[in-house]
Amino acid sequence: MTVRNTSDNLPNPVRPAFDTPSTEDGVIVNIGPSHPATHGTLQIIAELNGERVVRADVHCGYLHRGFEKECEAHTWHTLIPFVDRLNYCSALINNFAYCDAVETLMDVEITPRTRYLRTLLSEYSRIADHMTCIAASVMELGAMTAFLYLMTIRDWIYEHLADLTGARVTYSYGRIGGLAHDLPEGWLERLEEILDEYEEYIGRIHGLMDRNRIFIDRTRDVGVISTEQAVHWGFTGPILRSTGAARDLRRDTPYLAYSELDFEVPVGINGDNYDRYYVRMREMDESVHMIRQLMHMLPKGPINVDDRRCTFPEKHRVYTEIESLINHFKLVIDGPQVPAGEVYRAHEAANGELGFYLVSDGTGTPHRVHVRAPSFVHMGGLHKLLEGYQLADVVSTFGTMNMIGGECDR
Amino acid sequence: MSADLLERLRARLVDEGREAAFAHGLLAVQIPREALLDTAKLLKEGFGFDLFLDVTAVDWPDRDPRFDVVYHFYSTRDHVRVRLKTAVTGTDPVVDTLVPLFGAAAYMERECHEMLGIGFRGNDDLRPILLYEGFEGHPLRKDYPKEREQPLVRYRE
Repeated sequence: MTVRNTSDNLPNPVRPAFDTPSTEDGVIVNIGPSHPATHGTLQIIAELNGERVVRADVHCGYLHRGFEKECEAHTWHTLIPFVDRLNYCSALINNFAYCDAVETLMDVEITPRTRYLRTLLSEYSRIADHMTCIAASVMELGAMTAFLYLMTIRDWIYEHLADLTGARVTYSYGRIGGLAHDLPEGWLERLEEILDEYEEYIGRIHGLMDRNRIFIDRTRDVGVISTEQAVHWGFTGPILRSTGAARDLRRDTPYLAYSELDFEVPVGINGDNYDRYYVRMREMDESVHMIRQLMHMLPKGPINVDDRRCTFPEKHRVYTEIESLINHFKLVIDGPQVPAGEVYRAHEAANGELGFYLVSDGTGTPHRVHVRAPSFVHMGGLHKLLEGYQLADVVSTFGTMNMIGGECDR
Repeated sequence: MSADLLERLRARLVDEGREAAFAHGLLAVQIPREALLDTAKLLKEGFGFDLFLDVTAVDWPDRDPRFDVVYHFYSTRDHVRVRLKTAVTGTDPVVDTLVPLFGAAAYMERECHEMLGIGFRGNDDLRPILLYEGFEGHPLRKDYPKEREQPLVRYRE
């Protein structure tokens, strides 16, 4: 029998923090979870006084799929594809942060080529992520041309990454102790072409947006947060940097090859929506600068470590030697044996501090996987950026927060 | 400089009878749950750990006390991390809330509460955040079967 859900038999999934207005003129409205102005399934229950937001109660969880529970039923290797689906705008950063955490626990040191490649691909992903964020948030303010320009470049990046990994968005390219495979022929030449095109297109975005009266009116002094408040609410990444604090894990706690690179940490002044836009634009330039350095630094050599605890033996050995066959079998069935212990490793993802807290009980399956997802933490303080501004500002503030449902809701 | 800070913090905590050791790039501290609020205050006010990164719990069903509640803190000035860990029993899995010290704790305590059933004394807003009102059980506990489904909206047949 088909059951049609009507409002009569559908229970309310959330309990709002308030259900009566605080003043006589107040009215409570529900925004989302599926709303054209929220590019992400998020529900905001807001008390309005006229056009002004007095209070806001932010609910997420509409994309919750039990990521952490599911991980406990997989080997350390086979959960890598789930990790892709956290921040699906920059899946490679998730891959590498997770692999880094497992490698730390196993005391595995990755090869130099992998170290530089991971750095290069993290920065490449950051460009794609920032482009998605800026494109979506300016489109919601009416900037269709800028959206199309940004999406054009982003799609070249996606196709280029598909050449490398076989997938446009969810790459599953990281491996414990290395990468899935090396760069294909001609990949770096195409990368250079895309970076040149990037400069051409990003110049047009600057021309369209930076001094655009409408854009400035909608973003300047909207959604303002101070450094102190941002830290209090756990904000990291471009949102914290937009307040003027030069806090970047790539500089502060260098990992991968970042200590060898020359780059700046762009910061804002006011901590408003315009600054968040501009910090992301500048960060993309820095990423391009880093990628260009890395292309010249990339050493030759193997990409996977020679460690039979985590790296699969070569296929021809699996077919010809019993030891390699057993090795392969054990890695597939039991998973890599990770020494008992716990680890917290954080990378600077496009949205902020992406931390993996892993607990191993010494077997091939994790005892606990916990993700410190920047988007989730940012949603915890979002109400501070909405209260006191206009209802229409919810759109622009939410856009520059870059909430990614996949990592927020897990 | 940052190593000095961690070493001073370690010495201070060991003086107070805590277990504190360096592990994988951070200082891991084991404390009794009564000391949580004071230790968190010491970290924030005495040693500049201003960024509350994370709270979660780990379920050890065969162990008594059953749960570890795990906190991570970061110092934006010295760029170092500290992990606080406290064990609570399955019958009384309650710790003090850190919301008065860190706003960021509010959302994460709600998540930890719904996922593992850890109570946070003093936090009066422990509504579900990733799950929905009326969800039964705590899915990240080891005795919650992965296959169990509780759809709020009935599946189409």
